[in-house]
Amino acid sequence: MEESRAAAVQELRARFAAGQTRPAEWRAKQLRGVLRMATEMEAEICDALHADVGKPKTEAHVHEISLVKSSCLFALKNLKKWMKPKKVHARLMTFPSTARITKEPLGVVLVISAWNYPLLLSLDPVIGAIAAGNAVVLKPSEVAPATSSLLAELLPRYVDSACIKVVEGGVSETTALLEHKWDKIFYTGNSKVGRIVMAAAVKHLTPVVLELGGKCPVIVDSNVNLHVTAKRIAAGKWGCNNGQACIAPDFIITTESFAPKLLEALKKVLEKFYGKDPLLSADLSRVVTPNHFNRLLDMMDDEMVSDKIVFGGQRDEQKLKIAPTIFLDVPLDSAMMKEEIFGPLLPIITVDKIHESFGLINSMTKPLAAYLFTRDSKLQKQFESTISAGGMLLNDTSVHLTNPHLPFGGVGESGTGSYHGRFTFDAFSHGKAVLHRGFGGEAKARYPPYSSAKLKIMKGVLVGKLGAMIQAILGFPRGK
Amino acid sequence: MEGRMPETPALGLDGLVGGLREVYRSGRTRELAWRRSQLKGLISLLTEKEEDIFDALREDLGKHRTEAFRDEVGVLVKSVKNTLQNLEKWAAPEKAPTPLVSFPATALVVPEPLGVVLIFSCWNLPLGLALEPLSGALAAGNAVVLKPSELAPSTAAFLAANIPRYLDSEAVKVVLGAPEVGEKLMEHRWDKVLFTGGARVGRIIMTKAAKHLTPVALELGSKCPCIVDWLDSKRDSQIAVNRIIGAKWSTCAGQACIAIDYILVEEQFAPILIELLKSTIKRFFSKPEDMARILNEKHFNRLSGLLKDHNVSCSVVHGGGMDPKTLSIEPTILLNPSLDSDIMREEIFGPLLPIITVKKIEDSIEFLNSKPKPLAIYAFTRNEALKQRIIKETSSGSVTFNDAIVQYGLESIPFGGVGQSGFGQYHGKYSFEMFSHKKAVLKRSLLIEFMFRYPPWDDRKLGLLRHVFRYDYVSLFLTLLGLRR
Repeated sequence: MEESRAAAVQELRARFAAGQTRPAEWRAKQLRGVLRMATEMEAEICDALHADVGKPKTEAHVHEISLVKSSCLFALKNLKKWMKPKKVHARLMTFPSTARITKEPLGVVLVISAWNYPLLLSLDPVIGAIAAGNAVVLKPSEVAPATSSLLAELLPRYVDSACIKVVEGGVSETTALLEHKWDKIFYTGNSKVGRIVMAAAVKHLTPVVLELGGKCPVIVDSNVNLHVTAKRIAAGKWGCNNGQACIAPDFIITTESFAPKLLEALKKVLEKFYGKDPLLSADLSRVVTPNHFNRLLDMMDDEMVSDKIVFGGQRDEQKLKIAPTIFLDVPLDSAMMKEEIFGPLLPIITVDKIHESFGLINSMTKPLAAYLFTRDSKLQKQFESTISAGGMLLNDTSVHLTNPHLPFGGVGESGTGSYHGRFTFDAFSHGKAVLHRGFGGEAKARYPPYSSAKLKIMKGVLVGKLGAMIQAILGFPRGK
Repeated sequence: MEGRMPETPALGLDGLVGGLREVYRSGRTRELAWRRSQLKGLISLLTEKEEDIFDALREDLGKHRTEAFRDEVGVLVKSVKNTLQNLEKWAAPEKAPTPLVSFPATALVVPEPLGVVLIFSCWNLPLGLALEPLSGALAAGNAVVLKPSELAPSTAAFLAANIPRYLDSEAVKVVLGAPEVGEKLMEHRWDKVLFTGGARVGRIIMTKAAKHLTPVALELGSKCPCIVDWLDSKRDSQIAVNRIIGAKWSTCAGQACIAIDYILVEEQFAPILIELLKSTIKRFFSKPEDMARILNEKHFNRLSGLLKDHNVSCSVVHGGGMDPKTLSIEPTILLNPSLDSDIMREEIFGPLLPIITVKKIEDSIEFLNSKPKPLAIYAFTRNEALKQRIIKETSSGSVTFNDAIVQYGLESIPFGGVGQSGFGQYHGKYSFEMFSHKKAVLKRSLLIEFMFRYPPWDDRKLGLLRHVFRYDYVSLFLTLLGLRR
């Protein structure tokens, strides 16, 4: 097993060294291949996603397949622009000279994906890595086995399998992969494993991108269009893999007086979306594994919170389904408020005045996303300047990740590095500075033997004094 | 200056970090006015205390004041002034395009400080490697701890004494001490750590950082090669040699991460190059005090050890003289030492210059690609085809043609390594960005709503969403109006 892995990595290194992945035509061909795969294999992909997490067909299309396709299209459209060296100012001090920044691929990179959006989180980073000219190993999540084996089977048919490989496996496979030398490691998952990945990267001094999770808070002010707000929260929470998404709203903070109204609005919306018996709705993902199911059950049935339930609570162990469930004012030291929920449970925390929500959020680790619903522009400004998060959204949830012009990534516990659009290309590139100097303008003042005259000219040059620069270029001080 | 470095006691460190977090939380360091005052404070420190700085650098490294000015003080003042000038622009939110389908919406990328950051600096440019990143961290609005290298004690003491006088001493701290202090600092969580130094310690820092998911930037060492092509004009050759010498012996006696480590030249031109180097060295270094000394006994022994290897000592063609009492080694040139010897496998970081000959100059590319990616590649040539090949077929932090070291002082280009020479870039705007988080902010209105966003799902909604994701607004519009299925 290890031999075949080592051989695979070696082949990638050889291909990269031979320059196979560098030409723009090769990169475009691979991107078109991924695009074709996502188009031709739509049905198979939907089936795999349904098998893995019970993902509704629409979510499979909207959240995974369409995003993969538009990511390919965006990269294809901008590839030449991204690959072009950028000219920068070369300043009078190094005159005559020209300077450019050239983007070059890092080499052979490893992408470790997650189970909740197993197609998107595998292919989106890979698309950027290919666009940047790297050779790639993709390790899909073993917790989504249908998608993992689909990718392992399909990808080699659509792309250059000598330079882009899928390696399947669990913890031991991943650990073994991490022993090898990579030029970059891109990991999506939880912060516990994120630490392990970063520690493993030390061996070869490999830079990493870690896309982790966190508790994404939603602050709801009272001056909002309640119906629209409730819909958008519900869409971002239960409409995203039934809450199993890194940017899904984790908990709500609102004022004590407004909470009942918000709760009513949410209940109405939920019934409209999922009917009277949500466990029967085809539009809700199931919980991915019995492990996670039990984890969520423990969280829900914890005696600290079980009496705070105000909606939902239905569960079906056979089908691994949990209905949208809302809690009101659970204790802040309960598991539900200390760990990332990653499921269909939504606690509403009430405060006296809406401004108090900032202190509460800042007492927790920085999340991947933070949301605020309000019409008050002052509150918006305060939110923006007081809260640190990977990204923020005002008056909506989740959709910011579909904008390829915005960097997507965490900060602090929610991760390091960012991607999407051009940012993925940059994440897998090295920006090499290239400075061309001429032989004119030789400044003797630079060299020993040193003298106070030379020092004076150097001072003038570094301060930008034209006279000193002229002197320097003309070879002053004369004689030495 | 021998003797123990004053230390900040371990218990003090917890209080120190906690205190800095409080100061950061108060929001003081985020104000543009505060950042400006800190940058101005740095400029005052550098200009008012110039003589003290020259003294400290001479004590620590025997650096001549001109070199100290050129490589540390001068380049810093220029850089900080540039930062001050551009601060508002860099700190301003940047608008990002939003696809029509999310109308009405505005998208911004807002730079914000990371929080409380830690900077480890190295001994060879003890002022520059501390204050350049410090200026970036302050410009970005962070609270900062600086841990200068204990191997340059005079500069470290200078920083410890003067930073509190010129900057906000509650938000910017200098912590002195041996490497153990650095390790204790790393037991804490930081919002970013920049480490400049060797790979061994770099790995220790990154391992400790992983426990807290502290993001790191590592500026490590490497063997920076210099390809010397045949240059037709005598003037060009002389200029090339001047610049090579400047980038080796005139920069901390070769103890610099971007100093030229070794030269690659065609075998027929090696003798000419060596003669020119010898005569120019004689002219440049007529006064011994114009070259820095070796840092300490440990490095002196390391360097003399490199030369003592019997596969190497016979290849010395110039210099080789050493004085352990003054810790000085004269400019030394070697011709084709064994490629297996330590001098050709490890970063030299000293005044020894191996010249490796190749049959054709293009062979240099394969040679340098057989070694880990360096911080800088240099090439003296007028051959445009060769230049393009070097750019495309090699990888390094940076490439400079027909000069060396000067890329360090250019704020518009990023400075940093790749592969074994490290990751993370700084200088100029990159220093600001190294210590910032670019936060995406999307504002939507509660007005316009697209019903097909929401469950319960059906094929019609799916069809509409397909149009949306193809940015096919015409089809979307028509379908919504019921004019198309």
